[in-house]
Amino acid sequence: MTQLLLLGDEALAQGALDAGLSGCYAYPGTPSTEIMEYIQASREAAERGVHREWSCNEKVAMEESLGMSFAGKRAMVCMKHVGLNVAADGFVNSAVTGTHGGLLVVSADDPSMHSSQNEQDSRFYAQFAMTPCLEPSNQQEVYAMAAHGFALSEQMETPVLVRLCTRLSHSRANVTVSADKQPMKELDALNEMRSRFVLLPAIAKRNYARLCEKQDEFVRLSEESPFNSYSDGPDRSIGVIATGIGYNYLQEAFAGACPHPVLKISQYPLPKRQLARLLSECQQIMVIEEGMPLVEQMLRGPLGDDGRTRGRLSGDLPRTGELNPRAVAQAFGLPTPALPAASPLVKMRPPRLCDGCPHANSYDALNEVLKNRPTSRIFGDIGCYTLGALPPYNAIHSCVDMGASISMAKGAADAGVQPAVAVIGDSTFTHSGMTALLDAVWENSPITVIILDNGTTGMTGGQTSQAAGRMENICAGLGVAPEHIRILTPLPKHHADNVKALTEELDYAGLSVVIFRRECIQTLRRKK
Amino acid sequence: MKKDIVLAGVGGQGILTIASIIGQAAVKQGLNIKQSEVHGMAQRGGSVLAHLRLSSNAIHSDLIAPGTADALIAVEPMEALRQAESLHSKGVILANSRPVENIGDYPELETVLAALRAYPRSLVIDAEAMAAAAGSARSMNMVMLGAVSPFLGMPAELLEAMIAEAFARKGPEVVETNRKAFAAGQAAAKGI
Repeated sequence: MTQLLLLGDEALAQGALDAGLSGCYAYPGTPSTEIMEYIQASREAAERGVHREWSCNEKVAMEESLGMSFAGKRAMVCMKHVGLNVAADGFVNSAVTGTHGGLLVVSADDPSMHSSQNEQDSRFYAQFAMTPCLEPSNQQEVYAMAAHGFALSEQMETPVLVRLCTRLSHSRANVTVSADKQPMKELDALNEMRSRFVLLPAIAKRNYARLCEKQDEFVRLSEESPFNSYSDGPDRSIGVIATGIGYNYLQEAFAGACPHPVLKISQYPLPKRQLARLLSECQQIMVIEEGMPLVEQMLRGPLGDDGRTRGRLSGDLPRTGELNPRAVAQAFGLPTPALPAASPLVKMRPPRLCDGCPHANSYDALNEVLKNRPTSRIFGDIGCYTLGALPPYNAIHSCVDMGASISMAKGAADAGVQPAVAVIGDSTFTHSGMTALLDAVWENSPITVIILDNGTTGMTGGQTSQAAGRMENICAGLGVAPEHIRILTPLPKHHADNVKALTEELDYAGLSVVIFRRECIQTLRRKK
Repeated sequence: MKKDIVLAGVGGQGILTIASIIGQAAVKQGLNIKQSEVHGMAQRGGSVLAHLRLSSNAIHSDLIAPGTADALIAVEPMEALRQAESLHSKGVILANSRPVENIGDYPELETVLAALRAYPRSLVIDAEAMAAAAGSARSMNMVMLGAVSPFLGMPAELLEAMIAEAFARKGPEVVETNRKAFAAGQAAAKGI
C-alpha cells in the first residue's frame, strides 16, 4: 500500500496498470489527456510493454482497443466527451459484438466548457449503447474502478463506459494504491470470436437480443455495486440522489452530515431496489448530478414534472454549467456567505496565442490577403488557432468540430461562397480533415485549405502528430495537384512572399492546399 | 487542521508549481489534499485558477466555495482582485504587484494595487524584484510561496525541503536561489 498524490486522470491510469492493462489508446483532449500521458511516462508500463502511443482520432482508438479486447487482453480507450461522438460508431457496436478482454471506454466530460464547445454528458451514450457506466465520485474511487470495470466487462462481455469530468480529471488527491499488480492477460484471439464479432444481420440480431437480456443483470450488479450506497437519514421530507462528484458537493454542503436519506450513484444502470426505497420513503427528491439532468429527467417522467423531483430542470440547481458547493448548498436553502460585488477594475482576460506562435504570422498573411475580399469566409477548426477568432485577428467565421473546416468550406463553396478558405492544424487534419479533403479533390472544389503545420497537437500540450514530416505527401497522395500544394514558413521576414503565394492560390479556381510550417513555440522551447 | 487556499495568475506564471510544493509538503505531514487545476485552452495566457484544500479530516468537494477560502495567492494583481470573493472575512490576500498587461483595457495599476491594499489582511509585494535580488526573477513564485507560508500551518523547513526536492535536478544554484526567494517572501509576510 502506497499513497500517491494523483490527478483523477492519473489515478485511472495507475488503476488500469495495476489491473493488468495491456493497451491504452487515445486521442488527446482536455480534460482526458493526462490518462495517456501518465501511462507514457510510467516505468512499469514501459517494462511491461503496455501499448501507449496516441491514435489519429477517437474512432480509430476505440477500434484499436476493441481489437485488443478481441484478442483477450485488457484495453482502455480514453477521450474527451466530444471525442465519444467521433468514436460512437465503434462504441455502440462494441456493445453489440460484446467484448472478450476487459474494455474500458473512458470519456471525460467538460461541464462549464472550460476547454470545449459543448457540455454533453457521456452517461447518455452508455444508456444509448445499453452498457454499464461507472461515474466515480473521487480519485480513490477512480483508481478502484479500473479493476472493477475490467472485471465487470469480462464478466458480462460488455464494454464499460467510465465517465469522468473536469473537476475529477484535473483535481489531485491522496490515492492509496495497491501493492498487488495483476498480471497482463495472455493472448487469446479465439477463432470462435467470429460468431460474435461478425455483425452480419443474422449474428447482430442474436447479439442484440443477448444485449437486451443482459440488462436485468446490469441492474442487479448496480444494486450490489460497492460504489452505489444508500444512507438513511431522519429528515425524509427530501430524499437525495447524488451521482458522481455531485455526492462530494452534497457532503460539503452538510459538512458530511446530511440529514436526508441519500442514494449515492456511481454505477449505472440505476440500482432499482435502492431507488424504489428512496422514492417510497421520501416526499420530494433532489437530484444532484454533474452535467446534464439525466436521472432527473427520468424521474420527472414524460410530462416533464412529477410534482416532486427537483434539480437542474426545476431551477433548484443551475440548468447549465458545472455544479459547485455553493449552488448545492443553496438548493437545500442552507446559508451561504454574502459575496461582494465584482470589482469594476477586473477585465476579461481570454486565452491568446503565445508570443512567437507561428499561427500569428499565418493569420497576419491571411488577413492581409483577404482584407479587400469582403465576400471571403474562413472556416476554422479545433486547436490553438481557434484563438484566431479573437482580436486582433478576428480571422475565422466558424469552428464547430474536428475537421469541419474543410467540409464546411466545401459546402459553402458549393453554395457559392467565394473565396472559401479552411484553416486547420496538422493534428486535426489527420484526425478528421483527410476524408473531407478527398471529397474536395473528387469535385476539384474551389476552396483553399490552409494547414497550420506546427508538428504537434499544441492545445493539449504538445502530443505527437501523425502527419509529422509527410503532410505534403499525404495531400498529394489524396490527389491534390502538386503545383497547388504550397509550403510556406510563417515568419515576419517571409510575410510578403507568403501574401503573394496565398493570393495566387486564392485566385486559382480549383482546390489548393497551403501548408504554413513552423514548429510550435512551446515544443521548441521544451527541446532547448 | 483545515486550510483552503486559492491560487490565481495568468497562464504560464507557474501557480501550479506553488500548489505542487505545498501539496507535497502536506503529503509528508499526512494531511488530506485536494487540488483542482486548470489545463487546456485557458493556459494560453488567460486567467488561471487553482484550488488547494488541506485538512486532517476528509475533504469532500474539490472546489472551494466562494466566500470561504483562508488565503489567496495571486501572482498577478488584477487576478488577485478577480478572485478576492473567494475569501472569508478574515482571509488573507498575498499578491504580486507586477502586472501582466496582455489585454488592451488593463486598468490603471495603482488603482488595482490600492484596491488590494484596502482589504483588511493583504500583502502586496513586488515579488519579481525580490526574486531578482535572490538571484533570478523567475523565482517569483517561490517568493509568493514564502509569503503564504506563515498561513499554512506547516513548518517552513518542510516547505524548504520540498523546494530543494522540486528543483534538485536543476542543480544546487537553482535550489539556493529558490530557497532565498522563499525566505524573502517569508520575511515580507511578517506582521500581517
